[in-house]
Order: sequence, then C-alpha cells, then structure tokens
Amino acid sequence: MGSLLLFLSGGLFLGWSLGANDAANVFGTAVATRMVRFTLAAAISSIAVITGAVYAGAGAAGTLGRLGAITALPGAFTVTIAAALSVFFMTRLSLPVSTSQAVVGGILGWNIYAGRAVDYSVLIDILMSWVLSPVIAAVIGFILFYFIRFILKHLTIHMMQRDLYTRVALIISGAFGAYSLGANNIGNVMGVFVPISPFPDITIFTGLEFSGAQMLFLLGGIAISVGIFTYSKRVMETVGSEIFKLSPITAFVVVLSSGIVLFLFASEGLHDWLVNSGLPALPLVPISSSQAVVGSVVGIGFARGMQNIRYKLLIKIGAGWATTPAVAGALCFLLLFFMENLFLLNVQ
Amino acid sequence: MSKLFKQTAYLIADIDSFLDNISKAGLLFGLALREYLEGENERFHARIDEIAELESDSDVLRREIRHKLYSKMLIPESRGDVLNVLENIDNVIDTTKKVVFQIDIERPSISEDLKKDFQELVMTSQNALDFTVKAARAFFRDSEIINDYVHKVYFYEHEADKIEELIKRKVFSSEELTTLAERMHIRDFATYVASLSDESQAVCERVSVAAVKRSL
Repeated sequence: MGSLLLFLSGGLFLGWSLGANDAANVFGTAVATRMVRFTLAAAISSIAVITGAVYAGAGAAGTLGRLGAITALPGAFTVTIAAALSVFFMTRLSLPVSTSQAVVGGILGWNIYAGRAVDYSVLIDILMSWVLSPVIAAVIGFILFYFIRFILKHLTIHMMQRDLYTRVALIISGAFGAYSLGANNIGNVMGVFVPISPFPDITIFTGLEFSGAQMLFLLGGIAISVGIFTYSKRVMETVGSEIFKLSPITAFVVVLSSGIVLFLFASEGLHDWLVNSGLPALPLVPISSSQAVVGSVVGIGFARGMQNIRYKLLIKIGAGWATTPAVAGALCFLLLFFMENLFLLNVQ
Repeated sequence: MSKLFKQTAYLIADIDSFLDNISKAGLLFGLALREYLEGENERFHARIDEIAELESDSDVLRREIRHKLYSKMLIPESRGDVLNVLENIDNVIDTTKKVVFQIDIERPSISEDLKKDFQELVMTSQNALDFTVKAARAFFRDSEIINDYVHKVYFYEHEADKIEELIKRKVFSSEELTTLAERMHIRDFATYVASLSDESQAVCERVSVAAVKRSL
C-alpha cells in the first residue's frame, strides 16, 4: 500500500497542481471581483471536478493510454514526475507550459525509452487538439460575447438585477467549467496509471459499479480538490485581478467558452453521437485549460475590435506546444534511466 | 439565493426612492423660487420645509444603500462608482436646500425687470436637474440611453451660465441698484440658483464615466 501510494504520488502531485492552478481559470475572476466567495467557489469546483473526473474522465484518459500504454507502476510514476518537474521548472523560467503537453511529452519519453512504437494517428490527434482548442475557444468566445452583448443592449435590466443574474451565471458556468476540467484533465493526472490500475472493479449497493479506472480518477479528483482548497485562492486573485482584468460578464463568457471547449474534447457521449450521426467529431484529448482561456479572451478581443491583444503571448503559447513535450520527454527519458539503473526499478 | 433576490429587490426600491426624492426636490425648488419671486412667503416657507425633509430622507436612504452594497457584497466591481454617483446626486439635493435657506435668510430683493430672467434661470437649472435624475435612472436601468440625457444636462448648464452672466451684467449696469452691496447680493443670488445646474453637470460627468467603466 505504501509503495502504491508512493508511485501514485506523482499523479497526485499533478492533481494538486492542477487544482491549485487550473481551477483558477474557472472561478478566478468571479472570486477576485468578489462576485463569488472563495469557499463557495472551492466547494462547487471540488464537487464538479470530482464528478467530471469519475463520470466522464475515461474518454480523454483513454487517448493518453493509446499513445503509450505504460506497463509498470514505476514507469507511470516517472512519467508523472517528469511532467510535474517540467511544469515546475518551465513555470519558474516564466515559459508558457501546460500539464497536458508535459504529460504527453513524458509518455513519448517513456515510449522511446521502452522502445515502443508511437501510434502516430493518436499523436496527430493530440497535436491537432492543442492547436484547435484555443482556436475553437476563440470562436465560441467571439460568438458568445456578441450574443450576450446583443441581448444586454436590447434588454432593460436594472444594474442590481444584472449583477445578480451574472452572479448566478458565473456559478453555473463555473460548475460546468470545473466539471469539464475534471472530465478532460483527469487523464493528465491519472491517465498513465489506467492500464496498470491497482484497484479492482467494485459494486456499491446494487448496480452502482465503479471501475478500477474510476477509483483512480476519484483519487485524482480528490487531489485536485485539495489543490483547490489549499493553494488556488492566491492564484485566483492573480488570474482574476492582474492578468486579464475582465468584467464579471466577460469572465462569464470566458468561463463558459473554455468550459465548452474542455467538454468538447472530453465528452464520450457527444463524440459517439457525432460519429453515429456521420458528423466530424473532435478527438478526446486532455487539452490546456489555460490556453482555452487565452483563446476565448482573444475571441472576445476580436469581438471588441481587436483591442489589447497580446500577440507575443500567442506566439509564446505556440512555441510551448513544441518545447514543453520536448523538455518533459527528455527529462522522462533521463529519469527512467536512473530509475532502472540506479534504483533497480522495473519501469517498462 | 432567494435571500439575495430579496436583498436586490429592496436595494432597487431604495435607489428608486432616492432618485424620486431628488426629482421631487427639483420640482419643489422650482416652485419655491417662483413663489419667492411672486412674494408668496407662506407657501415659500412650506416648500423649504418639504425640501429639508426630502434632503434628510435622502441622506438616510443613501446611508442605507451604502450599507447594503457593502454588507451584502452587491455589485462588488462597481459599487465604488455607484456610491460616487449617488453621493454626487446627494450634493444636488443639498444644493437645493442650501439655496432656499440662503434666500430665506438673506431675502434678496429682486426688481421687476430681473424677475423674468431669474424665473428663466430657475427653470433652466430645474431642467438640468430633471435630466440628471433621468441620466442616473438610465445608468441603473439602460445605460445605452444615458447620453440622450447627459447632453441635455450640458445644454441646460450652458444655458444657465448664459442667463447667470446676463443677470450679472444687468445687475452691475442697473441704475435701480445703487450700492455695491445690493449689486453683489443679487449677483450671489444668481450664482446660487445657477449652482444647481453646475452640480447637475458634475453628476452627469460621474455617471458617464461610471457607465463607460461598466460597458462590455
């Protein structure tokens, strides 16, 4: 049990970090502008993240499993540690970084170390998702902003009522965003452990079944919640008041559009429905919630007549698509070598 | 959540009552000065009492609104601007009270040939106040139409300035008013009445800025 927890700790740390940083994308502005109290935001995010992770996390996590089905716990541990360290160091160096991209880099590093063939169709799906997700977020942000601005122009609501409805909208969209975050990003936290899940399938009461993967996702979801409660308040204040400076209504547009994008890349139900209807479906891939947020902010920027768009930031994000997986992959390869040869652990 | 809906409804009612008071004070101000100019002292005094009561009610309402905005965490991102607007509007009702009290104390004697100009000045200042209240209501309910009212306030403020200047010129070239003290007294009376439109313009400037800050 001790060694199991130790090996899972890499994923749990990634989960904590996700809760500390990415939950701020969902409720950051609402909390920083005092529209929603932190404790309420943290409670809603935690419940929604765990629900999303356990109920709908399998899709995006499965894609990571197809990219590299890691066959040993120490190997999965090394992948998560390499991803976590890459995120940590790149953040320290103020380079744009995404956990999703670091985890993919780590898995590729493991594939190369273990001499496994990379499924290039899956890799292309993943790379395409990284590029597509901020673009789709921008388009949704643009449309939603236009729509809401149009509605507000033609609807006479008292400022106080508008404030109240905005508050309710922020809570609902925040819950949806947190659900989608859990569903989409749990793959980063626990995805690499799924093929070697140490938990058996269990049935609670009659008919309520929990797979081993769902138990892992529950654990990852709890780690995310701990991250939200212990560390996200400060990040929320930063995201909400220093970086974007959005009004509560624009914040609602950002949260809703980035939530929709996370959902599009996570929902198996929607994916299956689109495929069965003969429509093009998006691959189920963990994407960066921060980049989805940046995408929707850019979309709003276009809707407002392209004011204050920081093109340098967009170029940096594009560069991060290449540098993050490269750094994580190289670090993972190096750590796997030490794990196998220094600590004599079976990593493949 | 239903508590928040109730608190919001109460706050809206308070803001509406506050603005109603300001609007009513403007109407009473116009009536009071016309009655003073016509020498109807009893009715003028009754108006003063009514304005004083409205001013006191408005202070209570403004404090109540401020308390609700802060204690119930309502409109956190623009409550500073809202309070700033309300406090500036409160200055308008304070001015109406100050002017009628000042007139009651000083009892300036207005000659027949200046009465018409003063009545015009009162009406113009009253119009500026009336459109200021409309701009403030629009700020809360429909910010798209604020400018329709703000530009009217600027117009009436400018008109009031012109009438004020005209009165002052007439006063200082009048042969009826012989002493400097008399002339300065009537000049101050014109300044007091015109100050209502200046206060109204100041409110509109705040309203415009606050509306731009809230726009999407």
